[in-house]
Amino acid sequence: MTILTGVIYPLLITIIGQTAFTSRANGSMIVVNNITVGSELIGQKFIGSQYFSGRPSSIDYNPLPSCGSNLSITSEDLKLKVKRNIAVFDSINQIPVSQSIPYEMLYASGSGVDPHISVMAALLQINRICKTRKLSNSDMLQIENLISQSTESRQLGFLGEERVNVLKLNIELDKKFKSPLIPNGEIRN
Amino acid sequence: MNYFDYLQIFVYLLLLVALTPFIGNYMFKVFDNKPFKTKGVFSWLENGIYKLIGVKSDSQMDWKQYVFALLSFNLIGFLFVFAIQLIQKQLPLNPQQLENVSWTSAFNTAVSFMTNTNWQGYAGETTMSYFTQLIGLTVQNFISAATGFGVALVLIRGIRNKLSSNLGNFYVDITRSVVYILLPLSILLSVVLIGQGVVQNVSEYKTVTTVENVQQVIPQGPAASQIAIKQLGTNGGGFFNTNSAHPYENPTPLSNFLEMLAILLLPSAFVYCYGKMVNSVKQGWYIYLTMFILFVVGLGVSLYSEYHFASGIFEGKELRFGTINSIIWENATTAASNGSVNAMHSSLSPISGLIALFNMMLGEIIFGGVGAGFYGMLIFVILTVFIAGLMVGRTPEFLGKKIEAFEVKMAILGIIAPSFIILVFTAIACTTDVGLSSLLSKGPHGFSEMLYAFTSAAANNGSAFAGLNANTNFYNLMIGVGMLVGRFGVIIPVLAIAGSLSQKKVIPVSSGTFRTDNFTFVGLLIAVIIIVGSLTFFPALSLAPVVEHILMISGKTF
Repeated sequence: MTILTGVIYPLLITIIGQTAFTSRANGSMIVVNNITVGSELIGQKFIGSQYFSGRPSSIDYNPLPSCGSNLSITSEDLKLKVKRNIAVFDSINQIPVSQSIPYEMLYASGSGVDPHISVMAALLQINRICKTRKLSNSDMLQIENLISQSTESRQLGFLGEERVNVLKLNIELDKKFKSPLIPNGEIRN
Repeated sequence: MNYFDYLQIFVYLLLLVALTPFIGNYMFKVFDNKPFKTKGVFSWLENGIYKLIGVKSDSQMDWKQYVFALLSFNLIGFLFVFAIQLIQKQLPLNPQQLENVSWTSAFNTAVSFMTNTNWQGYAGETTMSYFTQLIGLTVQNFISAATGFGVALVLIRGIRNKLSSNLGNFYVDITRSVVYILLPLSILLSVVLIGQGVVQNVSEYKTVTTVENVQQVIPQGPAASQIAIKQLGTNGGGFFNTNSAHPYENPTPLSNFLEMLAILLLPSAFVYCYGKMVNSVKQGWYIYLTMFILFVVGLGVSLYSEYHFASGIFEGKELRFGTINSIIWENATTAASNGSVNAMHSSLSPISGLIALFNMMLGEIIFGGVGAGFYGMLIFVILTVFIAGLMVGRTPEFLGKKIEAFEVKMAILGIIAPSFIILVFTAIACTTDVGLSSLLSKGPHGFSEMLYAFTSAAANNGSAFAGLNANTNFYNLMIGVGMLVGRFGVIIPVLAIAGSLSQKKVIPVSSGTFRTDNFTFVGLLIAVIIIVGSLTFFPALSLAPVVEHILMISGKTF
């Protein structure tokens, strides 16, 4: 029984997976200019103001191991974190007070590596990105187009939520508008 | 809630009910050894296994022999999983050079996977080697689910038999469960899951240089093959720490839908299979209706709490699933003894957490674990028939079998054993420093964390309010013992009931017989379940989620 379910079965699945879905079985990695920059399924941290930023993560997008905050609704800690997230998002993106921020940008994900944000959360960041990259108004429209191109709609028309993959969007952004040469990974706001 | 939210619930429930007769009928043919079209595809495997272990497919056991076979087989499985964790560093398929597991954690994990609980005190990607995951854990995912089927089948045979002690053969039961049901479905599901993006490899963890030029280490592994059976076998032990919230375990809304369906599929179909086996499909559907009502009401309350009191709170949820799928999953996983999660239960609204707790406290009988949910429900059926018999002053009977003192005693034992663990162990944890030092939250939520841990253990669920740091010697051992009592403290009484019923004669149905295939029975059964559950756990639940709910409304934080 051990051999059947512990060796033959996983081996069979591995062989099928590796042949039929090579890229997916190996983690859906994205390669840009011969460098593996990440996995399309695993979110990564974006702190530079020239990029779209993703959701808050209780593990800072370092998935060893993956983890959520597990904070309860009545936790003081959670309340303070959300307050801080609102303030940061507002000030970086210069959002008018009346504009409410999509909730996924305020609360940490379950896995700590959620790769998606909502379309609204992406749109709210356009102004800031244009400013940092010194882009014109017509470029702004192009970014909006990029967002709608990277939007994944509900699967089969009704399952799940509409969402934007942050990593893919940022890669497209860099392709379209050469990344302003800012020492990467160092820029903070 | 919007139109899409309702649609997703509707399609989920519809598919679940629609698939039940098909899969149920297939199970019936497998377990009663009837011919069917695709049998030849697997029968060589079945016969090969019999030859290998030297078992004749028509040999029979009485209930005590069955208990012995079941316990010894499980014990060997336990020792095996325990041992390989202790020496995994010296074993192959460990590209990350993960250390040997501490003995208390290894004990906890071995018990956890043997008992179909699949509680994870550890974080998969930083603790378990691929070898341990495959040879240890994946195997137990199959065995523990098959064991559940076996026990349920014995109970059914006990009801069917006339003056006999032949209750089937344990080895035949688990072989058929694995070969015809669990394995083919797992193969199908895992291939689809890989297509959606679930990883399946034995590579080293991948280090990537992110767009912002930072290193990120991304764990890999043979995940798909384990995830398929963890969902189908109501196991629930994730490959990665955050279980099915992790994008590599559950990458898309479609993978989520299928995994969610897989949680309830087999327990649901088994109720139909039971109806066919006792030649009363109608009664099977009435038991199904009971479970369905309890499930839908729980889901409704849970959704109301989440959308009404916690709308816009998105802590611990994944955007691709949204609130709706997080809550359907939460209810399915706690109704069945699955215990996998796709959102962090600890961060859900308190009443939603209460429903999860209550689902487990009832003993995982709302569809429940594979096989286990059904025999758990039959315990309540016996109790209901007994109470109804007392009310009208007749000797209670069920499908022509007299229910007497022995059966009722055993049924009560099966209900009390897990409840005892939940309440007493929680009491011990919250009165000792070593128990309290693991808490993440202050206030009533801290109490919920402990209550949830022991409920999850005793009910063999395995989900968690994961703020609690359960990977300590105290919790590893206490939860380990809780899981053992919760599993075998129910299995042994159930097998005893089967043994006793099996030797009774069948009384013909008369006008005075209390009917168990109508709405009165469904109502009575639900009442008994709710009353027993509430009387046992009301004080504990009031102290935890109820208080937290009231404090949340008044805006208090801790």
